[in-house]
Amino acid sequence: MRKYLFRRLLQLVPLLIGISLISFFVMHLAPGDPTALFIDPNVKPEELARVRANWGLDQPIYVQYFLWLKNACLLDFGRSYTTGQPVINEIGQRLPVTLLLMAPSFLLTLLITIPLGVISAVRKGSWFDNAVTFLSFAGMAIPTFWLGLMLMLLFSVKLHWFPAVGNIILPLITMTIGSLAGLTRYQRASMLEVLNQDFIRTARAKGLPERVVIFKHALRNALIPTVTILGLTLPDLFGGAFIIETIFAWPGMGRLGVQSIFQRDYPIIMGIVMISALLIIIGNLLADIGYALVDPRIRYEKSK
Amino acid sequence: MLEVRNLSVVYPDVTAVEGVGLTVASGESLGVVGESGSGKSTLALAIMRLIQPPGRVVSGEVIFDGRDLLKLPEPEMVKVRGARISMIFQDPFTSLNPVFTVGEQIAETIRLHQGMNRVDAWAGAVRMLETVHIKEAAKRAHDYPHQFSGGMRQRVMIAMALACRPEILIADEPTTALDATIQAEVVRLLREVQAEFNLGIIYITHSFDIIKALCRRVIVINKGRVVEAGETEKILSEPAQNYTKKLINSLRELHAAH
Amino acid sequence: MRRVNRQALFGAALLGFFVILAIIAPLIAPYNPDEIVESQTLAPSLSHLFGTDDLGRDLFSRALHGARISLTVGFVAVLISVLIGTLFGAVSGYYGGFLDSVIMRFVDVMLAFPSIFLILAIQSMLTPNIYNVMAVIGLTSWMGVARLVRGEFLRIRELQYVEAARAIGCSDPRIIFRHILPNAQSPIIVAATLGMAGAILTESALSFLGLGVQPPMASWGNMLMDSQAYLFDAPWMSIIPGLLILLTVLSLYFVGEGLREKLNVRG
Repeated sequence: MRKYLFRRLLQLVPLLIGISLISFFVMHLAPGDPTALFIDPNVKPEELARVRANWGLDQPIYVQYFLWLKNACLLDFGRSYTTGQPVINEIGQRLPVTLLLMAPSFLLTLLITIPLGVISAVRKGSWFDNAVTFLSFAGMAIPTFWLGLMLMLLFSVKLHWFPAVGNIILPLITMTIGSLAGLTRYQRASMLEVLNQDFIRTARAKGLPERVVIFKHALRNALIPTVTILGLTLPDLFGGAFIIETIFAWPGMGRLGVQSIFQRDYPIIMGIVMISALLIIIGNLLADIGYALVDPRIRYEKSK
Repeated sequence: MLEVRNLSVVYPDVTAVEGVGLTVASGESLGVVGESGSGKSTLALAIMRLIQPPGRVVSGEVIFDGRDLLKLPEPEMVKVRGARISMIFQDPFTSLNPVFTVGEQIAETIRLHQGMNRVDAWAGAVRMLETVHIKEAAKRAHDYPHQFSGGMRQRVMIAMALACRPEILIADEPTTALDATIQAEVVRLLREVQAEFNLGIIYITHSFDIIKALCRRVIVINKGRVVEAGETEKILSEPAQNYTKKLINSLRELHAAH
Repeated sequence: MRRVNRQALFGAALLGFFVILAIIAPLIAPYNPDEIVESQTLAPSLSHLFGTDDLGRDLFSRALHGARISLTVGFVAVLISVLIGTLFGAVSGYYGGFLDSVIMRFVDVMLAFPSIFLILAIQSMLTPNIYNVMAVIGLTSWMGVARLVRGEFLRIRELQYVEAARAIGCSDPRIIFRHILPNAQSPIIVAATLGMAGAILTESALSFLGLGVQPPMASWGNMLMDSQAYLFDAPWMSIIPGLLILLTVLSLYFVGEGLREKLNVRG
């Protein structure tokens, strides 16, 4: 297991380098010189040259990349163009606010999706299953931002239950529904597959009550792929945060990101891209470890 | 001991078992022979009341211990399965749950049916593994199914099936998925435990090969119906049906080919 | 089985309906979609089926023209992503080895980004117009197809007829395009259908944020852009375009699932 962990950690290195390369490349898609954006155009050329040298902009591009990479490794992504604050401080303030929204949504999703998928699979073809299947399709097809607007329309404008902004309930519901649909379909499918396995018949033939067959023997197996898929849905969860936070004016990293895009605050944008990618990778790594922990076949193979 | 009368099972587009009857007594082995798809596995599952929808038992009785199993409420039936009538299956590679140790899977049955505590049930599981000749049983009980070979897994299945000392064992093609040499070992083990536990065995297979070695009586099933029944020797020497002849001949051809 | 078929038929019918409306939009749209024809934010009525927007444009005409844009963007974007994904996946699966490792690591990297933000970031640096929207969505959504095609190639590569083709001296491109690819098309078709649903959703989110299709050109997404401010006064401005997106994406999902069943694709 330790060796497996070490190997997985080692695999992260090229991944992170790749991510930084793409981030840097995207940053240099930006038209013109970053200095042009917020330095007084009437400033003396020698002054401009000094600033450019200061920022390393007079260096060849690969030198700039290594400079940026070196700083990024120390979590220094430069300073925001708009506030002048270090990017890492700006993000550091906003990230917890985003996690405050994402963590409960993640938990809520798990608490709902697993029983829903399991019951749907066990009662395959029942009205309950049909309803769950239809709603999951609808949930996958609904644009997240529009769902947010509709919830706002219903609960804030019509019913006056929650304020449209500044309250966690509506963004939480929006985010949860967004991730619920796909996962429920997945959970149902994996449960259905397990229920068709021979060892379920064995469990029944042993005289285990159906409750034990389903919640012990089947569910333990059906959760194995769920762990992986949870890791894979992390990018969507982050992606959702950008839009949901914007609609509900939730002051997290997502809203900061969208604002920065409109203000062309490239250091912030790049910092957020890097930080979210890093969190996603860590999430995937945790999912892989979780996978190895719940599946003895992998656990033993990997420990060899 | 166990008597099946006029049992029929239907699926939406096919009648899988039709009016089948059989009896098996303690310590006796009954062979059930038929081609694949003849309905013999469905018959076994119907006796255990494990037919899954859309399949349905439409008629018949399964008399065991003076009661009709088909009429028992499910909570009562649960006490019969695995405790008094057990079953082992064709594919030992997929019939054990991959995420639990073999010791846990056997001990679970013992806890369930005999109300033992964890420690005693585990000891019982280890004893059963010894009974089916798993070496270093106490250690191997902590292993997962994927750490055993096919033949060993089928032994584990047998240990699990016999853990609560059932009166009847239904064996559904238990050696088909195994190599020829391993097959012989499993059959030897079944004869051994049959004597030890005074087991009634219903042995389901597509070939007369093992029936000859294990069962005094046999029924032949074709398209869900019993087409022939009687002493194994007699049927082997004078098969009345072409279907039976075909089954016997395919066995001979196989041997000739070898 | 039966339920999936019913859903697929329903999906195909609805999708076909939308496609036809999109094609004949200029013929049946009662008004010029970009022209101010009435007072602002009129509720739906017989003369303006979907009402009017905050500028007084006819929303029914805009929705019809928006269908052209949204469906086209979705289709072209998915075309790009399928082409790239198939190329990468085919090369990766066919040649294996070092090339395979490099491509698959690249896929891992691309998958680690929250794609919507990457798209937003790229869009913000380009001129946001309809062509860039198609290109950027296509360029950031090919990874699933690449993995899928690679898997198919790994499987099919080992089959006997490929061995045979190699034995009689077929060139690599010929084997890839004539012998293997046609046998991998079913999962690609399913993925493309579901991918188009995803592309339409992405376009709508981009346009909603103002970084996609630019006004005055109408797309369902940018029709929603201004609606938030009128949620109270003109809720139809939000409800109708969103429902159109929902129904289109839903019908694509239904068709995709139906195809999956019909073409016997696992997943």
